[in-house]
Amino acid sequence: MNTLKYLGSTLIRMLLLLFGVSIVCFFLIISSPIDPVDAYVGSESNISQEQKDVIAEHWGLNDPPVQRYITWLKNLLHGDMGDSIAFKKPVVQVLKERFVTSLVLMITAWVISGILGFILGILSGVFSGSVMDRIIKTFCFILSSTPAFWIGLLLLIVFSVNLGWFPVGFAVPVGKAAEDVTLLDRIYHLILPAFTLSITGVSNIALHTRQKIIDVMKSEYVLFAKARGETTWQVIKRHGLRNIAIPAITLQFASFSELFGGSVLAEQVFSYPGLGNAATTAGLKSDVPLLLGVALFSVLFVFAGNFIANLLYGILNPEIREGSEK
Amino acid sequence: MEQKKNILSVKNLSVSFKMYDKGLEQKDLKVISNLNISVQEGEILAIAGSSGSGKSLLASAILGILPNNASVDGIMTYCGMELTEELQKKLRGKEIALVPQSVAYLDPLMHVGSQVVGVRGTLEKMRTAFKRYELSKEVETMYPFQLSGGMARRILLSTAVIGDARLIVADEPTPGLSKEMAKDAMGHLRTLADEGRGIILITHDIDLAFEYADRVAVFYAGTTVETAPVEDFRNGPESLRHPYSKALWEALPQNGFKPIPGTQPYAGSLPEGCLFWPRCPVRTEACMKGEIPSRSLRGGEVCCIHAT
Amino acid sequence: MKKMNRRTKTVMLVIIIAGILLIISAAGLLMNPALYEPNYAAKKLPPCAAHWFGTDYLGRDMFCRTIKGLSNSIMLGTMAAVFSAFMALFLGIVSASVGGRADKIISYFVDLVMGVPHMVLLMLISFSLGKGLKGVVIGVALTHWPNLTRVIRGEVLQVKNMQYVKASKKFGKSNFQIACHHIIPHVMPQFLVGLLLLFPHAILHEAGVTFLGFGLSVDTPAIGIILSESLKHISTGMWWLVFFPGIMLVAVVMLFDKLGDNVKLLIDPSSAQE
Repeated sequence: MNTLKYLGSTLIRMLLLLFGVSIVCFFLIISSPIDPVDAYVGSESNISQEQKDVIAEHWGLNDPPVQRYITWLKNLLHGDMGDSIAFKKPVVQVLKERFVTSLVLMITAWVISGILGFILGILSGVFSGSVMDRIIKTFCFILSSTPAFWIGLLLLIVFSVNLGWFPVGFAVPVGKAAEDVTLLDRIYHLILPAFTLSITGVSNIALHTRQKIIDVMKSEYVLFAKARGETTWQVIKRHGLRNIAIPAITLQFASFSELFGGSVLAEQVFSYPGLGNAATTAGLKSDVPLLLGVALFSVLFVFAGNFIANLLYGILNPEIREGSEK
Repeated sequence: MEQKKNILSVKNLSVSFKMYDKGLEQKDLKVISNLNISVQEGEILAIAGSSGSGKSLLASAILGILPNNASVDGIMTYCGMELTEELQKKLRGKEIALVPQSVAYLDPLMHVGSQVVGVRGTLEKMRTAFKRYELSKEVETMYPFQLSGGMARRILLSTAVIGDARLIVADEPTPGLSKEMAKDAMGHLRTLADEGRGIILITHDIDLAFEYADRVAVFYAGTTVETAPVEDFRNGPESLRHPYSKALWEALPQNGFKPIPGTQPYAGSLPEGCLFWPRCPVRTEACMKGEIPSRSLRGGEVCCIHAT
Repeated sequence: MKKMNRRTKTVMLVIIIAGILLIISAAGLLMNPALYEPNYAAKKLPPCAAHWFGTDYLGRDMFCRTIKGLSNSIMLGTMAAVFSAFMALFLGIVSASVGGRADKIISYFVDLVMGVPHMVLLMLISFSLGKGLKGVVIGVALTHWPNLTRVIRGEVLQVKNMQYVKASKKFGKSNFQIACHHIIPHVMPQFLVGLLLLFPHAILHEAGVTFLGFGLSVDTPAIGIILSESLKHISTGMWWLVFFPGIMLVAVVMLFDKLGDNVKLLIDPSSAQE
């Protein structure tokens, strides 16, 4: 009962936010001085002004903004997000295809950064003050100051250009027919982008975990556990992991925003045909329907992450799950 | 009276911490010095003194769970064996048990059942302990935040009986409890002592200690100033030996609530000689220098050159 | 001789770091543009004595381009950080001291901005302003306030409930007077540290969004543009086009981070205890 109420209020709050975000995105885009019709027909075409007016009328560009938003929202709820100019396909289809490609990349990077950050954080926190702690802290500090896309560029130069171990980009071998692409091909193309993207989250999760485990090790219940004969290792296993896992997992799910932002850059470096890449293309080529679609989708993605974080927090934390019985 | 077996004796214990002062200069801070206590089987030794007198640190020192920047000096003997670090490691959670203050000492995310079992107990022993303290089976799968005050007390006690402890250190077991519940908790400790265990009772609640303890050790600024049979405390200041114990007695509500002028000195700025002299009504020149040894007097121990 | 105490050391460090950053921005600002003009006689040179960071495919000196780019980044970061920080200060104070509906609305907008991936938001704002430099500057300035707003809101809530503030309210001091005399002085330290710690974020986001191709024109020396150009020529193996500009960017970001940390240490010594 308690959990349901908690989730219900979270969901309502998130839907309200989602609604607000859609308004902001929509109005940011339609207030642009860039003429979508020009962008659509291209600058070199010799289409007459009358024809352009017809297109504008057809798209409802002359309607008042609020009405345009309502029309757009109606279509959106029917699953129609318009056609992408750059890809000459319905936006929904582009999003679908691109998201699958991106998802593999993002999940891989997300898992790597989560596990790596968690382990580094524990090592650093348990031995806080030691040389290892200092090395890990410095490492995290450097990572958090380093743009991941630059690391991606360096990796490209070292491993792809100079050593030739990895491909220079793309998700599948260039020129290979789609049905011939093997799983191994995909993994091979995934390694460098995933590694690059995973750099984004490591420092955050590691420093957070470090602080948490230091707090836990100083806690009264750890003192008591030691008094009852638990060794340091047993304390970490029985109490440490249990108590730092919830905040770490919550944080990791709440980091979908950085993950998506990072994927935009990483996909640009490796010409990886994912959603982030589509966003850049849409922005640069003034592909309004696609830009709006990707923006909204990214917001949905971030919200999904936050929602899962809240959900897990509610499920994993006994105080919320079982409520107070006092 | 027949000679009872000594379970623990602590001689000349001192504990100091390495601290970093301003400008990152390293400094040793002595928090416990020349501390002497002993506990026999079947006995409750109450440790009284105001906060900051080093009571809780003593508990950590006995169990060997002081923080890494602490160093310990002195001799501790457990059942005739020297209580080394190795031995502490072996005994804590088994023969030497700590009963902590509150549920804050339990992992908030772990069922209390498995916490009582710990790493050294068994499911069976946990169930026996629960039965002894009338805790139902459902309690096993509760989380600490779901426990009532009384339940929490009994859970903490069961952590001590599960390992067949011979020495129990109870650190402030009564604050926050109602009068009834506090008495109940003390009753449980008394029973544990009567079964042959030695109990060190660290407490603020001197009244309660007088009711249930056998002997009382008075702490002041990290040292024992007097150890006396509990009867002496019941009798009043004439039976007591050290001026601080007398003052402590007179500061009790039912004895007139007379406060002692001055404050307990902090570790790092302790006076030379007897630690109590700046506040002592009977001090002389001799109190202000040298070490004041502990001596036996009228069936107790005292650290005061003037005590008679 | 007594060793230098920690406070003096921290002050020195702050001065040195601020000095380095100032020198970089001044050097870039005063630099003769001829220094990073194309020079076809010196194309694609690896690092050497005359060209520390080498030259690119147009023969432009990479050291000068990098310094100019960093200088641009620092100034852009300054603008963005100052603007965002003041926005956060204003919103945070209003949110906490007015409370009620204002608080709800501001908190809603904080959540709203944080709900959009930062890079996507920058792209949207850039697009909305017709791309170009203006889009990047305003985008970066307009998107860095939510976190600091939360921090300042929390601080104000704390001071608001302190005895002395409650007392002056009872004495009939107006909200404005209280804000000037008690609240603003109290949140100033947090504000300053927050301002400094915004720099690294602003600079990294600016580099990211220009790297993607939004904003600045291709021949403007900016780290993002330098890196995106080097990506186009990546297969030529001219590693110095990637390595030096990037490592300098990292260095500047780290310097800002250290500056923020040390100022924090000076303002709030208790943060030194870990």
